[in-house]
Amino acid sequence: MARYRPLRALLALGVLCLVLGLAMGLEGGLEPGVDGGLALGLKLSWCPPALAEQPSSVNPTAQSVKEQDLLKELHKVQGRGSIPDTKSYVIQQPAGRDWRQFHEVTLRWIGGITILGMLALLLVFYLFRGMVRIESGRSGRTLVRFNGFERFVHWMTAMCFLTLALTGLNITFGKELLLPYMGPQVFTEWSQWAKYAHNYASFPFTLGVVLIFLLWIAWNFPTPTDFRWLREGGGIIGHEHPPARRFNAGQKVIYWVVVLVGGTMAASGYILMFPFYETDISQMQTAQMVHAIAGVIFVAIMLAHIYIGTIGMEGAFEAMGNGRVDVNWAREHHSLWLERQIAKGRVEEPPTPEGSPAPAE
Amino acid sequence: MARMKFLCDADRCIECNACVTACKNEHEVPWGINRRRVVTINDGKPGERSVSMACMHCTDAPCAAVCPVSCFYTTADGVVLHSKDLCIGCGYCFYACPFGAPQYPRVGNFGSRGKMDKCTFCAGGPETDLSKAEYEKYGSNRLAEGKLPLCAEMCSTKSLLAGDGEIIAQIFKERVIKRGYSSGAWGWQTAYRETVAT
Repeated sequence: MARYRPLRALLALGVLCLVLGLAMGLEGGLEPGVDGGLALGLKLSWCPPALAEQPSSVNPTAQSVKEQDLLKELHKVQGRGSIPDTKSYVIQQPAGRDWRQFHEVTLRWIGGITILGMLALLLVFYLFRGMVRIESGRSGRTLVRFNGFERFVHWMTAMCFLTLALTGLNITFGKELLLPYMGPQVFTEWSQWAKYAHNYASFPFTLGVVLIFLLWIAWNFPTPTDFRWLREGGGIIGHEHPPARRFNAGQKVIYWVVVLVGGTMAASGYILMFPFYETDISQMQTAQMVHAIAGVIFVAIMLAHIYIGTIGMEGAFEAMGNGRVDVNWAREHHSLWLERQIAKGRVEEPPTPEGSPAPAE
Repeated sequence: MARMKFLCDADRCIECNACVTACKNEHEVPWGINRRRVVTINDGKPGERSVSMACMHCTDAPCAAVCPVSCFYTTADGVVLHSKDLCIGCGYCFYACPFGAPQYPRVGNFGSRGKMDKCTFCAGGPETDLSKAEYEKYGSNRLAEGKLPLCAEMCSTKSLLAGDGEIIAQIFKERVIKRGYSSGAWGWQTAYRETVAT
């Protein structure tokens, strides 16, 4: 047994040389067929070829990305990260500055001018024109203008609108107008609740906008009567009363504002409420800008609507209050509508002097 | 007083993510929140660079400007901090931040993001320094202990520098002069309205 040992050791060494030589030969790009032992011998006596092939000086920035170039070309710096939050792969987006400028400066000006401007306009109008009276006085006869369901939809939407408007304005103007008086703790508490109210009131509001759209679409297409109404200033600027159907041109404008601007508010609002589902950060910023600008315009227009429905016109509030309007009010503001309602026999007879209707014979 | 800044020398970053891990561990940052992350630009291509990014503690910070409840404040060291007691989780700071620094515990449907969380430059929050309440809300306060942010302290290649803005700019400048190249002081122009002249 003992005499075979050197032979075995030699054999093992040969195999080792072959394997090593083959491996190095492959690495060095040599043909695998070359004698392993020879290759190994040659390799060991030379310096490693990988090092020899390297250039003597290296310029590692020759192709490297430069921050300034990326910002100039793409206006942001984005790469690949190793965490699931893909938003975090954007490491620089200076566009946030533009959004900040919009939110802190531009929006305040737009909002301030639109809303205060409308209030000033209404005040001046009220001082000069006063309440638009029913010129022929009340007749004492009434007819139904809005049924229970219509009034329910109106007031549901109106309540939500007021909630949304106040809580929405708080986000933009609250820290200037309320924070100094409330103090940080109270203001945060209120703003936290305002945020939730804003989010959840949006659902009945959106339902209200959809119902308003469906409920009154039939009466809100523009007609030639509307152009005459608009030409004559709707009778509110002068003392003439141009004819109108169920809704005059002014009311049709309000209808379409509610449907279109309300729809825009809902759409942009839901994007903000479900952040980063189908949107990236710049689209979120755009959604906020659309939501804010449409919001202040919506508030300003609704101020005019509230004005004319309350202190601006005698006999208008009851249309949405108990749903019935005076015949003389209807004659002055919606003459064509009244004619059709009379023809359909929908006008209530005046109460008899005794206060009870005469019994039928 | 020193004006604290971060500087990531991207020519040294080897994307080991030790800064991310150090930060998470030091502050017991909850799952899903990353106060710091490493992003590789042109990954897999020649000349790729990795940058470690967190809140840069901007001069005239955009997050503070847009916050509807004014919950941000800047310390004497120039560190931008916020109060989680005042934050309402509206998400506006994230829209304004140039660096994607603000983080929220939840995805945020129906405005339920929760209180914002971000890098504090290891400087805690408005609570008493080194108190339990401060640690639970904001993590440890190394600055109060006289130490610098752990992410930079742990950096194996000293790519990430944290400290007095003038000193780290000087270190970076000397390096660039010695080695002869630089891909820039990432984020400085955006955050501090100045860059390191090299």
